Amino acid sequence: MSPVARSVNQALRKVPAWPIYLIGVIPPVWLFYQGVTGNLGVDPVKKMEHEIGLLGLQVLIATLAITPLFRFTRINLVKFRRALGLVGFFYIVCHLAVWLFLDVQIWSQIWADILKRPYITIGMAGFALLIPLAVTSNDWSMRKLRRTWKTIHKLFYPAIILGGVHFLLLRKGIQLEPVFYLVGIGALLATRIRLPRRSRRAVNA
Amino acid sequence: QNGLDPNTFEEITNYNNYYEFGTGKEDPARYAHMLTVDPWSVVVDGLVDNPGTYSFADLTDGMTIEERIYRFRCVEAWSMVIPWNGFELNQLLEKVGVQSGAKYVAFETAYRPEEMPGVKFPVVEWPYVEGLRLDEAMHPLTLMATGLYGKEMPKQNGAPIRLVVPWKYGFKSIKSIVRISLVEDEPPTTWNKANPREYGFYSNVNPNVDHPRWSQATERVIGAGIFASRKDTLMFNGYEEQVASLYEGMDLSEYF
Repeated sequence: MSPVARSVNQALRKVPAWPIYLIGVIPPVWLFYQGVTGNLGVDPVKKMEHEIGLLGLQVLIATLAITPLFRFTRINLVKFRRALGLVGFFYIVCHLAVWLFLDVQIWSQIWADILKRPYITIGMAGFALLIPLAVTSNDWSMRKLRRTWKTIHKLFYPAIILGGVHFLLLRKGIQLEPVFYLVGIGALLATRIRLPRRSRRAVNA
Repeated sequence: QNGLDPNTFEEITNYNNYYEFGTGKEDPARYAHMLTVDPWSVVVDGLVDNPGTYSFADLTDGMTIEERIYRFRCVEAWSMVIPWNGFELNQLLEKVGVQSGAKYVAFETAYRPEEMPGVKFPVVEWPYVEGLRLDEAMHPLTLMATGLYGKEMPKQNGAPIRLVVPWKYGFKSIKSIVRISLVEDEPPTTWNKANPREYGFYSNVNPNVDHPRWSQATERVIGAGIFASRKDTLMFNGYEEQVASLYEGMDLSEYF
């Protein structure tokens, strides 16, 4: 371990994870307040919807980065991962709520959109995959589910890919920003691909 | 005029799709100042009696500028009401003399990499091109706009001269025009080239024909506030009475 990683880890030992929840509540509340007071520009509903959705994607990608960060730098942020994941999930819930209650509002159209519009179908599928993760994010579920818990939480991988594709598809034309996010997601997932057994055996031998 | 309540100048000039300046809605307001609009010239060619390169002054000379308050409906399902200043395209076509073989009008937007930061990215194929059938172009609602709110056309809105076709989705109303060609065959159009399944040549506002990704049945009214409800989208954006006859006998779900 590098001295930097050691001192970072040492410093982080004293930092609790719970403030993440408190800080995490600020952006959506702030956005909503800005929207109500007319400070989100010409199209406040879309602005709210997109900002909180993108922030959700960013926080979830950060969650995905914790393991590779540890593997490559030994900086250990694992104790913050649950809080980050839940805050990211919370933002996606807010994103969905803005879409449902401020943007579309019409239930028949919402249902039709979910079924008919690929980017919405994909976004909803990604969200649906995150629900069991959020529900089982407590210690009790972790103890109760043991091995199964790990399997369930692998759903995060397809969920985040769906999130990235959702972002790509909702833009008109081929736009750089969502491609950037998808490449990032792909890179972070690639670090999790296990090398073939052979090489490990070679090390053992 | 027709009881429409226009959006504010602020709204109209700070929420634009003009991808030559970036794909964000605020990018055009931020970067369009880089565009040189004076001098400006427009090439008129194809099946016309008086082809040539017209300066902006020559092109607009003798045209009757009037205010037209039109609904503006974007394919992204938002809408505004805009008080344009301009003249009917048919006046211009009369001036340049349309020859009998011409069936379509093709338009082209300026392409200036040094003045348009957005064209670095191949979001769509540059330059932006659009087209109308000749009868659509001759229709009295079809406007060549040179201003809004009684001011010169703001650069982010397509200065110095742009098309406005109020019964079609906004992307048909091509901005900062540098070429007008009278042609025999249906000309290529930018969004149709980019995605023919999603964007047709006609692109008439039609609540009954959905864009594959967005329902077109309703629209968000820009400026209505965050708790406002969506509004039902009107056939031909509310100009059905005036333009429906142009498309008589056509299956609008095929020719979308």
